[in-house]
Amino acid sequence: MKRITLLFLVALLSVVLSGCGYNSLQVQEEGVFKAWADVESTLQRRADLIPNLVETVKGYAKHEQETLQAVIEARSKATSVQVSAKDLNNPAMMQQFQAAQGGLSAALSKLMVVVERYPDLKANQNFLDLQNQLEGTENRINVARQRFNTAVSSFNGAIRQFPASLTNKFLLHLDRKEYFKAEEGAKVAPKVTF
Amino acid sequence: MKSVLKNLKMELLTVVLSVTVLFFQVAPLAALEIPRLDSRINDTAKMLSGQTKTGLETLLAGFESTDSTQIVVLTIPSLEGEVLEEYSMRVVEALGIGQKGSDNGALLLVARDERKLRIEVGYGLEGSLTDLVAGRIVGGVIVPRFKEGKFDQGIHDGVIAMVDAVRGEFVASAANTKTGNDSDPAGLIFIAIFAFSFIGRVLHNKQKVAAGVGALASPVMGLMFLPQLGFWLLALIPLGALGGLFVSSLSASSGGGFYSGGSGGFGRSSGGFGGGFSGGGGGFGGGGASGGW
Repeated sequence: MKRITLLFLVALLSVVLSGCGYNSLQVQEEGVFKAWADVESTLQRRADLIPNLVETVKGYAKHEQETLQAVIEARSKATSVQVSAKDLNNPAMMQQFQAAQGGLSAALSKLMVVVERYPDLKANQNFLDLQNQLEGTENRINVARQRFNTAVSSFNGAIRQFPASLTNKFLLHLDRKEYFKAEEGAKVAPKVTF
Repeated sequence: MKSVLKNLKMELLTVVLSVTVLFFQVAPLAALEIPRLDSRINDTAKMLSGQTKTGLETLLAGFESTDSTQIVVLTIPSLEGEVLEEYSMRVVEALGIGQKGSDNGALLLVARDERKLRIEVGYGLEGSLTDLVAGRIVGGVIVPRFKEGKFDQGIHDGVIAMVDAVRGEFVASAANTKTGNDSDPAGLIFIAIFAFSFIGRVLHNKQKVAAGVGALASPVMGLMFLPQLGFWLLALIPLGALGGLFVSSLSASSGGGFYSGGSGGFGRSSGGFGGGFSGGGGGFGGGGASGGW
């Protein structure tokens, strides 16, 4: 009789665990981490392009020292702020990270406006290639960010939904994750003045 | 008691609300419809001649049969206010161009009225059809011809350039042209052997109880390992009952070694060959290049 009770307990436990999100919550959290890794790698890709871009622009646009300097500084600031997977639930760190990356986006878009004044530079094959790569990278960042936000929203939703909310409250203790919002600066297109 | 009922009511309300929200969320996302593609050349904007279409179709179908790489052309009359890059990503995600696992798909998308085009490149082709190469094909091959109004030639030459860039990256084989089995039957079988031998040992003389336990446990295990079976999980109940009955009626001397053969035949396959076109489920990460004429 004791054996039967034990057996039923085991069966009941597996029903409870699989039905209450014990597995799926952890799979979803892992999905958030993976999406974050993709975001980081696309941002790194952008940072890697910048030294080359600055060098190329420097050769043609000597009077734009200030803009170039701003890009270099924004890059070093952006690469110094890193958010590891376990800090994704920390609003302050995410805020800082977004601000640094947003600063780099703003500095870059300013640079791209400035180069419009240099026809020689715009005809340079090397510059055109870098521009292609930069555009491609910006698009990847957008895609990675959207996917990250989707993963976060489904995870945040899952840990609040019954009955997974109980599993999380008593067993897993997973925190809700922060979104990677679009930068305030990036939404406003830079003004061109002549 | 009253508070429990109240809680239950709240819970129900939340479910109803979230379902409602879900329906409303879907609506604005599907702003511009994604056409159903049944061939590799989809000229909904009527920019191509019949000859170019059949020529490219044959070329790309042949290329897919040797390299397994899928290249698809789509022209649309208008983006209707959508962002080119976002629409393009939606198209490739919906169609799953490229083979699953190899992610070797690419899309050439042309928006006629906006005079914009984009090459969207799958993960597996990003090494050879880089943003840079895609940008050169857009800016150096397609756009100059489009500017002269030669849409046939622009798309033809662009596709040839794309094919040349990715030729030899992949080789068609049974492994990368069929979608793999998503599920993990090995885990299920392992657990099933363990569970049935356990039941057999504990309940070797109590057939009815064992059958009940088997019937209860098998859909649960199925849910854990093969959740995509959905409704068919119910079919595991009689299977588990039979299994429980079987192991419990075996003599007590046997300790294990029962194989449950019940978990064969899962998985889905999608043929992408012969005749029309179907995406293999390749993944995209936003690589590629855009341009305008």
